[in-house]
Amino acid sequence: MLIYLVVSLVAAAWLVPLIVVVLNSLRSNEEIVQTSMIGWPRQWAFGNYLTAWSDFCVAQTCVGIRPYMLNSALVTIPATIFSTLLGAVAGYAVSLWRFRGDNWIYGIVTLGIFLPQQMRLLPWTIVLRDTGLMNTLTGLVLIHTIQGLSFTVLFCRNYYVAIPQELIRAARIDGAGFFRIFWRIILPLSPPILVVTVIWQFTHIWNEFLYGVTFTTGQQQPVTAALIALSAAVADIPHHGVQSAAVMIAALPTLLIYLIGGKYFVRGLTAGAVK
Amino acid sequence: MVRRLPEYLTIWVPLLLSAAHLVSFSLWTIWISFTPSTLVPVSGWVGLRNYTSVLASRNWQIAFDNLLLFGSAFVLLSLVTGLILAILLDQRIRGENVLRSIFLYPLAVSFVVTGTVWSWLLNPGIGIQKLVHDFGWTSFRFDWLIDRDMAIWTIVIAAIWQSSGFAMALFLAGLRSVDADLIKAAQIDGAGPVRMYRRVILPTLWPITITVIVIQLQFAISTFDLVRALTNGGPGIATQLPALVVYDLMFQRNLLGRGAAAAVLMLLILLSVLLPYAAWQYLQQRRAPHA
Repeated sequence: MLIYLVVSLVAAAWLVPLIVVVLNSLRSNEEIVQTSMIGWPRQWAFGNYLTAWSDFCVAQTCVGIRPYMLNSALVTIPATIFSTLLGAVAGYAVSLWRFRGDNWIYGIVTLGIFLPQQMRLLPWTIVLRDTGLMNTLTGLVLIHTIQGLSFTVLFCRNYYVAIPQELIRAARIDGAGFFRIFWRIILPLSPPILVVTVIWQFTHIWNEFLYGVTFTTGQQQPVTAALIALSAAVADIPHHGVQSAAVMIAALPTLLIYLIGGKYFVRGLTAGAVK
Repeated sequence: MVRRLPEYLTIWVPLLLSAAHLVSFSLWTIWISFTPSTLVPVSGWVGLRNYTSVLASRNWQIAFDNLLLFGSAFVLLSLVTGLILAILLDQRIRGENVLRSIFLYPLAVSFVVTGTVWSWLLNPGIGIQKLVHDFGWTSFRFDWLIDRDMAIWTIVIAAIWQSSGFAMALFLAGLRSVDADLIKAAQIDGAGPVRMYRRVILPTLWPITITVIVIQLQFAISTFDLVRALTNGGPGIATQLPALVVYDLMFQRNLLGRGAAAAVLMLLILLSVLLPYAAWQYLQQRRAPHA
C-alpha cells in the first residue's frame, strides 16, 4: 500500500544518520578515507571503540573519551536527582500544601523555561568565580539543579493538581505534617511523574553543551564539549572511524534511556506543550 | 514556628533560589548591557551604545537575517513534515509504535551529535556527494556545507531531522482527540477522507499548530550547539546566528557590555514570539472557561 511505502521511506531516511555512524564506527580510518562516510565495512574494526574509549587524543591528552563520559555522568546523575527531588517537594507545596504567595513564586519559577541561557551566562560566570566553582563539576551540578527546577516544578505541580485537595485536608486534620504527607501520600502516587521528570532531566543535562564548554576546560569538560574538541582535532588528521565510535558512545546513554522509557520520554516532551 | 522551620526552609529555599536567580540574573545582564564593560563588568552608563554597535555590526546583521530564514524555513518545513507524518500514522497502520519511535529518536541525542553526524553526511569530500561520485555520477554536486549562500540550509536540514518528530507527536495526540461524533456526522454527510481532513479534522488542530510553531521558534531563536557542531558559523560567518554572536562577544572578544546587549536582543526577539502567544492563550482560556 502507498502509505506503507511512503512511511517506510521516510523512516529509512530518518535512520540514515544513525546507521551511518554505527557502520563508520566499525570501519577503519583508511577505508573511510578511500571511499566515503557512507559504506558497508569491508573489515570489522571493533578496535575503534577501544581507541575512542581510552586512547584517542582530544586536545593533546590521549586518554580517549572515558574521562569526559565520567564527567558527564558525575554532573548529570547528581543534578538529575537533586532537581527532581526538590522539584517534587516544591511541586507538592505549590499545588496541594498551598501557602501565601505560592502562585506568584510558581509563576516566576516557570518563566525559567523560556529565559534564554545567554541571559544567564555572565551572572553564572560571576557566581562560579566568586564561589570557586569555576571549572569544576560541582559548578555544573549547581547550575543544572537550579535551572532544572523550572521544569521539574512544572512537571510535578501539573501532576499533583489532579490529586484531590480533600485527601491532604483530611490528613492535616489527622495531624500529619508537611513531610509526613509528602512521604506517605504524595510520594507513593508519584512514580509516573518522577520517571518522566528523571528522563527529561537526564536527557537534557547529558546533552547540554553551552554551559559545559563555557565553564569548564580541558579534563573537566563534559562529553558534548569533548566531542567538539575532538572534531577540531579530526579536522587536521581524519580519524572518522574512531570519531564515529566516540559519537556512538556519547549518544548511547540517552539513546538507551529513550529505548527503555520511550513512553515517558514522549510524555515529558508533550507535558510542557499541552498544559 | 521554630518547629515548622524545616518545612519553611524546604518549601522556600529551592523556589526562592530559582526565582531569585531568574530575576537577578536577567536584571544584571540587562544592566551590564548599558555599561562600558569589556573584559570585566564595570559600572558606568553608556546608554544604548552597546545596542547600536551590535545592531550595526555585520556579524549581528548576518545572524539576524539567518535567523529569519532559518526560523521560518525550519518551522514551516518541520510543521509540514510533522503533520504529514502524523496523518499517515493516524491511518491505523501496522507498526505504528516502531515508526513513531524512529521519528522521535533524534530528540534523544544531543545537538552536538546531530551536528557532527550531519557535518559528515553533508561534507562534499566525504559525504553524500562523494558517495554519488563513487557510483560514477561525477558531475553531481551537493556542497551546501561549503557554499556561503546555501550553508544555512544545512542547519535547516539537520534541525528538521532532529525535531519534526516533536511536531508529529503533538499533531498525532491532537488527531487522536478529535471528537468521534464530529467524524461520524461528517461520514454520514458523505465526506470522503480528503474532505474529512480538510474540512473537519484539520481545523480542530489550530491550537496545537500554534503551540508547535511557538515552541519550534523558541528553539530556532536559541540554536547554538547545532551550528557549533555542524558549521561553526561558517563558511566565514555565513551561518552565524544570534546565540553564536552572544558567545563570541562575551567569551572570545571579551566585550561583555556588547555581549549582554546581544543577549538582551535575543530575549526581545523571543518575547516578540512569546508575548502574543501568551495573550492568545489568555484569550482562549477566557473564551472557554470550562477547559
